[in-house]
Amino acid sequence: MAAPTRISTARIETSDLRRTFRSRGGAVEAVKGVDLRVGAGEIFGFLGPNGAGKTTMIRMLATLITPTAGEATVAGADLRREPQLVRRRIGYVPQGGSTDPAETGRGELVLQGRLYGMSKSEATTRAAEVLATLDLEAAADRGTGTYSGGMRRRLDVGLGIVHRPSVLFLDEPTTGLDPQARARMWDEIRALRDLGTTVFLTTHYLEEADALADRLAIIDHGRIVAEGTSDELKQDVAGDVITIGVNGAGPRVLGLVENLSFVREAGYEDGLVRLYVDRGELAVPQLLRLLDAAGFAPTSITLNKPSLDDVFLRQTGRSLREEPAA
Amino acid sequence: MSVTRDTWLMFQRSMRLTIRQPIWIIFGMIQPILYLVLFGPLLEASTRAAGAGTNAYNWFIPGLLIQTALFGSAFVGFGLIAELRYGVVERMRVTPMSRFAMLLGRSLRDVVILLAQAVVMMVIALPFGLRIDPAGAAVTLLLLALIGLLMAPLSYTAGLILKSEDALAPLVQGIALPLLLLSGILLPLALAPDWLRFLSSLNPLTHAADAARALFNADWGNPEIAIGVSITAILAIGAVWIASRAFSRANA
Repeated sequence: MAAPTRISTARIETSDLRRTFRSRGGAVEAVKGVDLRVGAGEIFGFLGPNGAGKTTMIRMLATLITPTAGEATVAGADLRREPQLVRRRIGYVPQGGSTDPAETGRGELVLQGRLYGMSKSEATTRAAEVLATLDLEAAADRGTGTYSGGMRRRLDVGLGIVHRPSVLFLDEPTTGLDPQARARMWDEIRALRDLGTTVFLTTHYLEEADALADRLAIIDHGRIVAEGTSDELKQDVAGDVITIGVNGAGPRVLGLVENLSFVREAGYEDGLVRLYVDRGELAVPQLLRLLDAAGFAPTSITLNKPSLDDVFLRQTGRSLREEPAA
Repeated sequence: MSVTRDTWLMFQRSMRLTIRQPIWIIFGMIQPILYLVLFGPLLEASTRAAGAGTNAYNWFIPGLLIQTALFGSAFVGFGLIAELRYGVVERMRVTPMSRFAMLLGRSLRDVVILLAQAVVMMVIALPFGLRIDPAGAAVTLLLLALIGLLMAPLSYTAGLILKSEDALAPLVQGIALPLLLLSGILLPLALAPDWLRFLSSLNPLTHAADAARALFNADWGNPEIAIGVSITAILAIGAVWIASRAFSRANA
């Protein structure tokens, strides 16, 4: 990968970024003052329901629409004052595809390389490399109209990385893909990150944000409602939930555990003691030892991690789960 | 220079994709050839009956070429709407590619296609009795290129703004048809009532058609040649300017 000059470790930095659309119905504020910092070489997930402002945000950062207000630096260039420099340094993979069905995969890649200033032979060599990386060699000289959804999506990503950008924007990269194609896309995205590319992706799939993103922000109604690693966000909710089956011995067990330092909250209900703890995986062995020492054998013990949906639910009062993942 | 390079890249790409589907090039020629074969002889017979001394095909073919150029380039916005839908335009907008080249590369492809169509039509018309002055035909091709550079950018602009074939079709028909009827391409306007002749004189295509006829007859002293070519050139510059603004405007 081309090593861009390291002015700061942030590859994307926004400050009070806003975008208002004017329509017949009046002004609609799609993005209402977003502050973000995305570091070099991380996968940053932008999670939110449809219509939350994700696409507006990514299109602004990719120079496709100009911000109504606020500042942003992308790949070391000022978004407002140096959009041409930003374009040279970023790749962008739009949501709805980016290829002509009559053109071949190779033809699209070679043209894309040339649009970024490569000579014909450079662009041809690079296209072959990208086709090999994305396992599209067999289909390289067929029209993209004959590709499967997963292949076309991989080609879209290939078009975004032909010029080895330091920042890659992916708008809903796996929407509409079957589970295999999605897992494959996740692998490609991780491989890019491992090569040093900063990946900024939007998604409305909880699993995707959870599994793929090193850090993520949750956006709702144009505002960031939470930001951090997936684990941090979940811990902020209420910690982990441990449920102990006590078979009538509830008050006794509760008395044993409720004053432990790592227990935030404890309750007894229906033969089950429920504990809210900071780090469940550390708490369970300690609890087992303690109960064992007290001569008590629990009938069951379960540990539940809160999901990103719990995070979203807590921040917005709504569930993200209305739309099932494909 | 990067604009030139980008224009060449855009031209090559759109030309490659057009040639891959040659049906559309042929399709664009069917209508003018039908006019030539099925309407031309009728026109010739009536001019002979009217005792006009001129060669009917030397009057009719120049106008028909103008008509082909008009209709060939007025509908190119449809192709752009398809490209918008595929996401190709947006993909290119994120590259450092010149916005002007996105317009000019496509428009030059349209010009080359319509010039090829014009040459084929001239050749087909030869056995019917068309007489060609080589220099005049060459300048006529230039005039047709200017019509392409006038109509194609306007069609692209409309496509960019409307983004829908359903909206573009009536607009193009609504503009191209009156332009055609008011240009005196199908029948001489000498017999038309004064108001119709007046409207016709405001139509740039009337002057383009008059210029093309003078050129085919090598009537180099005819002022209509300079008038037709300059009007079309000025309008083409205006159209390219308008369209390049539309292409470079950030798209909300």
